[in-house]
Amino acid sequence: MSGGELLLTTFNGLSFAGLLFLVASGFTLIFSLMGVLNLAHGSFYLWGGYLGLVTLGATGSWVLALLAGALGVALGGGVLERLVFRRVRGIELSEVLLSVGISLVLADLALAQFGGDSLTIAPPAALAGSVELGGLVVPRFRLAVIVAAVLVMIGLAVLLRRTRVGAIIRAGVDDEEMLDALGVNVRRVAAAVFVLGALLAGASGVVGGVFFGVYPGADAEMLLFALVVVVVGGLGSLQGAVVGSVVVGLVYSFGVALAPDLLYFVLFGPMLLVLVLRPRGILGGRL
Amino acid sequence: MSTFTVAGLAAGYQGHPVVDGIDLTVEPGEAVALAGRNGMGKTTTLRAVMGLAEPAVSAGSVRFGDVELHGKAPHHIARAGIGYVPQGRRIFRSLTVAEHLAVVARPARAGYEPWTMDRVNELFPRLAERAGQFAGTLSGGEQQMLAIARALMTNPLLVLLDEPSEGLAPQIVRQVGDIIAALHASGVGVLIAEQDLSMVRRVADRVYFLDRGTVAAQVTAAELDAHADLLERHLGVGAGHA
Ligand SMILES: Nc1ncnc2c1ncn2[C@@H]1O[C@H](COP(=O)(O)OP(=O)(O)O)[C@@H](O)[C@H]1O
Ligand SMILES: [Mg+2]
Repeated sequence: MSGGELLLTTFNGLSFAGLLFLVASGFTLIFSLMGVLNLAHGSFYLWGGYLGLVTLGATGSWVLALLAGALGVALGGGVLERLVFRRVRGIELSEVLLSVGISLVLADLALAQFGGDSLTIAPPAALAGSVELGGLVVPRFRLAVIVAAVLVMIGLAVLLRRTRVGAIIRAGVDDEEMLDALGVNVRRVAAAVFVLGALLAGASGVVGGVFFGVYPGADAEMLLFALVVVVVGGLGSLQGAVVGSVVVGLVYSFGVALAPDLLYFVLFGPMLLVLVLRPRGILGGRL
Repeated sequence: MSTFTVAGLAAGYQGHPVVDGIDLTVEPGEAVALAGRNGMGKTTTLRAVMGLAEPAVSAGSVRFGDVELHGKAPHHIARAGIGYVPQGRRIFRSLTVAEHLAVVARPARAGYEPWTMDRVNELFPRLAERAGQFAGTLSGGEQQMLAIARALMTNPLLVLLDEPSEGLAPQIVRQVGDIIAALHASGVGVLIAEQDLSMVRRVADRVYFLDRGTVAAQVTAAELDAHADLLERHLGVGAGHA
């Protein structure tokens, strides 16, 4: 691998890491407060992609497409939380199985509505083409994704560390029962976090549609990536999602470039290694 | 504050009754102790009052004035004016002292001097000095004070305290007792579960003795010394090990 290829592969890995972070941060937030491993998170991503695609086709506006993907999935997630997840709150097995069931239903609905082809989302005109970055020519859109992920990361960190709502979320992660007994309606906070996680997944779906297209099966693939990210980084930890995304993004990018045949080994090898050395993930246990 | 009344309360775990037929009242502004040895049902009673997921309440009522609290969610019970200081303190480890107070702060109640950050800091100067510190790094005594301060920020009319003396050195127990007496003096009702006689004496106007899930006796604070038998049976005091 030449120096230029090395840099480009690194850049691609980091941009994929940006997408992974957008998906995994919502996934891990929902887990940290609600204890729910929401296995429908991949379907939220997929539906975000389809909603964005349809809106882009209808309006030609990328901003509207992104909003439709994010808000549409946030709304759907909120309805699911209220009507379905809330009923099995605290019964872990039911929660997980239910989320699997929901993901199957959402996948079938998507297949019926949009068919089995891979549909691609064109990047917005302002972010089409390439840009030179210190001698390296990189796609503008991928650069924008890195910037967006960093901004979302900062936003989430500020929300969690610097605001009263963030302190309530952290308190709920520490001791939900106690927070309830002190007059805070934890359920409402948890619902808001669920909606925020869904919103991020929906927005990621639109972004991911530019990277990989929107197609049946993208939901399961992205869920798997998100799982690897949070297992590597530490489930329920925002910094863990950052670290996990970067590790998985780079490993994937170099794996594709160097050993495409061994991709799954390259991807899951490090995960197994982390699990053996640090069963709770690199930064497990801290929000 | 209105009269707080627990009547015929029965509660237990997984179908096994632990407390049965608890009757007690706390008059407005009164400080009442629920005394008894380990395992007699003090915590179970207070948790049942707060409406927590466990124990399951099978009978009885918990009334605050004419509002029935039984069956309500814990946050509604808290908002009705019940402050809760649990056994084991249960502070939020990843929150700072100041964040603890901010997170649970509720509006003041008409007719009562509000508990604000400033007023709480005045009562707990040690906490004020540690406002930016993470609660997990506080000493046991400081954590106990934080648990009390946190409950006060909900502007309660009645505070439930579950063994605030537990695990603290005698000198710290005295400080915590002084603080509970001070907040009682300011007009907040107190219901304290304890097995430490010095704390009971320091704080309570009236004492219920709890024995295997039922109220075995009740006396006023002034009558305590005349009941060495109760103190020995329910608090293990006297009989050679004072
Ligand atoms: N979560 C629980 N599950 C089952 N039994 C419990 C639980 N908590 C307490 N108990 C039992 O209930 C009885 C009363 O306990 P508790 O209310 O904690 O007493 P106290 O606070 O007076 O020490 C004890 O026999 C205890 O073993
Ligand atoms: Mg107890």
